[in-house]
Amino acid sequence: MTAAVEITGVSKRFGDVVAVDDIDLRIDDGEFFALLGPSGCGKTTTLRMIAGLDFPTTGSLKIFGHEVGTLPPNKRPVNTVFQNYALFPHMNVLDNVAFGLRMQGTDKATARSAATAAIGLVRLDGMERRRPAQLSGGQQQRVALARALVNEPKVLLLDEPLGALDLKLRQEMQGELKSLQRELGVSFVFVTHDQEEALTMSDRIAVMDEGRLLQIGTPEEIYERPVNRFVADFIGQTNLLEGTVEDGATVCLVNGARVAARSDLTAGTRIALSIRPERATIHHRDHGTGPDAGSAVDGEVVAVTYLGNALVHRVKLDWMEIEVREANDPDRPRFAVGDPVTVAWDPSAAALVADR
Amino acid sequence: MTGTLPPVDVAPPEVEEDAAPATPEFEAASLRQERRRGLLMALPAYGYLVLFFALPLLIVVVYSFATRNRFGGTDLSGWNIDSYRRLGEPLVRDILFRSVALAVITTVICLVVAYPFAYYMATRSEAVRNLMLVFVMIPFWTNFLVRNFAWRVILGTDGPLSQVTEAVGIGETRLLFTQTAVVLGLVYGFLPFMVLPLYADIERIDGRLLEASRDLYATGAQSFRHVLLPLSMPGVIAGSILVFIPSLGAYVTPEILGGAKTTLLGGYIVTQFLTARNWPFGASLSFVLMAVMLTATIVYFRKGGRTL
Ligand SMILES: Nc1ncnc2c1ncn2[C@@H]1O[C@H](COP(=O)(O)OP(=O)(O)OP(=O)(O)O)[C@@H](O)[C@H]1O
Ligand SMILES: [Mg+2]
Repeated sequence: MTAAVEITGVSKRFGDVVAVDDIDLRIDDGEFFALLGPSGCGKTTTLRMIAGLDFPTTGSLKIFGHEVGTLPPNKRPVNTVFQNYALFPHMNVLDNVAFGLRMQGTDKATARSAATAAIGLVRLDGMERRRPAQLSGGQQQRVALARALVNEPKVLLLDEPLGALDLKLRQEMQGELKSLQRELGVSFVFVTHDQEEALTMSDRIAVMDEGRLLQIGTPEEIYERPVNRFVADFIGQTNLLEGTVEDGATVCLVNGARVAARSDLTAGTRIALSIRPERATIHHRDHGTGPDAGSAVDGEVVAVTYLGNALVHRVKLDWMEIEVREANDPDRPRFAVGDPVTVAWDPSAAALVADR
Repeated sequence: MTGTLPPVDVAPPEVEEDAAPATPEFEAASLRQERRRGLLMALPAYGYLVLFFALPLLIVVVYSFATRNRFGGTDLSGWNIDSYRRLGEPLVRDILFRSVALAVITTVICLVVAYPFAYYMATRSEAVRNLMLVFVMIPFWTNFLVRNFAWRVILGTDGPLSQVTEAVGIGETRLLFTQTAVVLGLVYGFLPFMVLPLYADIERIDGRLLEASRDLYATGAQSFRHVLLPLSMPGVIAGSILVFIPSLGAYVTPEILGGAKTTLLGGYIVTQFLTARNWPFGASLSFVLMAVMLTATIVYFRKGGRTL
């Protein structure tokens, strides 16, 4: 099957700035694909190159098998929902949505009826005559979506489309976007810097930093098996315990403690163990229910935060502080600041990540 | 601001004992008061307008209905509309027509030249933009009259332009004292008035709108036609009025670069006052000219235009 978008060895430089640094990316047809990374990491630039608004400095970019390197945007079967929507302020909603079809030479009546249908799809019926300035942020966002979708693009590019919305509206739109994508079966390339958004919506995620692609995978792969420190830290919260590989089954932490961790890395490789706060458990040290010393560290509670459904304990180790999050279970013992504790985890819950 | 602020004595806000409650009447009263204050501040400007615009205009209107006496003076009696009747004379009609035509041509040329320039300028970096703005203004550092005479030298039969065409083998150019020379001089003189409002408008347009249009299958030309041009229309109209009005009444440029056959309204009016000594007729011409300009301006503001 040909990929919807295939990017091979693409770089983009603006003068001295390397915005995108030699990335390889394959987006399947009908996939919800997220580009995730911190501000300035090159997400928008990548999207713009797919759209044809910027051209790669080097590399090959194919859309459904056709090389599109320097093809202008109007000749590509993709449409974009822009970061700030970029609705035409001098046109009403109907003309905004009909614009793409009109430019392709569709006659006015056909374009208008298709636009009306698209406006219905994003549930804005009755707003056809309004100007963008007379719409709320969420409504503008829907118009931008309808304006792109009405052209039936093969790939829809979305640049932080929910960034300007408040939390509640955003969650609502996340659901709507996802179901719309399923319904239409179009590939969505969704740019965001919100890891939660990426995790909940995407089939696959590409994590970027400083122009480079760090990891591509399903939300689960990215969350459970981050390839390096940056990914582990960026996706969700985590505790990173630094150490070196001792052998295929053991890691020596910086304080000298040996813990179990499987890997096929050579002895002496510097790594970090990523342990999610909710995957660790906390125990009173004197209770004798001592967990397996092979996957535990000792420390002292320095803070307890009550979250209602959960409790977060900050535990001070000899060399750093870590966090443990436990469900609020009345049967579990409580901990107070100053308690000596042991923090333990299931060896399979600790991910070995490159320490970089 | 993260700096620490000195401690402040928190006193209850001083409330005037007899402060009026916020009622519709109170609001209306405060609005009236605000208007009165605004009027006071605008007074000098209004005074200036009355003294130097409305009053002279009134005098012009009065004179246009007066009678020219045998000695070239004006009798403020025997009111009539003879001077307006003369506007229909073939000679006068020609001059009116020619003036409007040249002003329109000048405006169109200015627009065509200034638009790409303004667009280019608006899409440069801040530093380049400012430099270009200075270049646009530089001609204003020299007296308008001097610049027109410079053109006379350039366009003359033994001027640099003619020398070049002769050297190339096209023969000498005979541009001076033609309508072409007048249009050239007018375009040269008024181009900045077109560039500046266009630039101000184009610069404000969000470039992403143009990108969005390209993404939505518009070609470059369609993007211009359907997005850039409509969004910069206020600038187009403002610039056109700013060029059309002074072109229509231009006096200096046609006098210096035009010939006897290119008499325009401005020069003709001057002739009526100074040479022909027909003040009522000169006044009626002036009034018509001013009426056209005012109408153009009012139409512009009515069409939702913003301040020039
Ligand atoms: N036209 C340009 N000229 C120069 N540098 C640019 C240009 N566009 C982007 N850059 C630089 O390239 C890098 C990547 O920018 P990009 O817009 O792709 O980031 P992003 O991941 O979309 O960030 P954000 O989340 O803030 O939108 C940044 O360092 C940016 O400064
Ligand atoms: Mg961006």
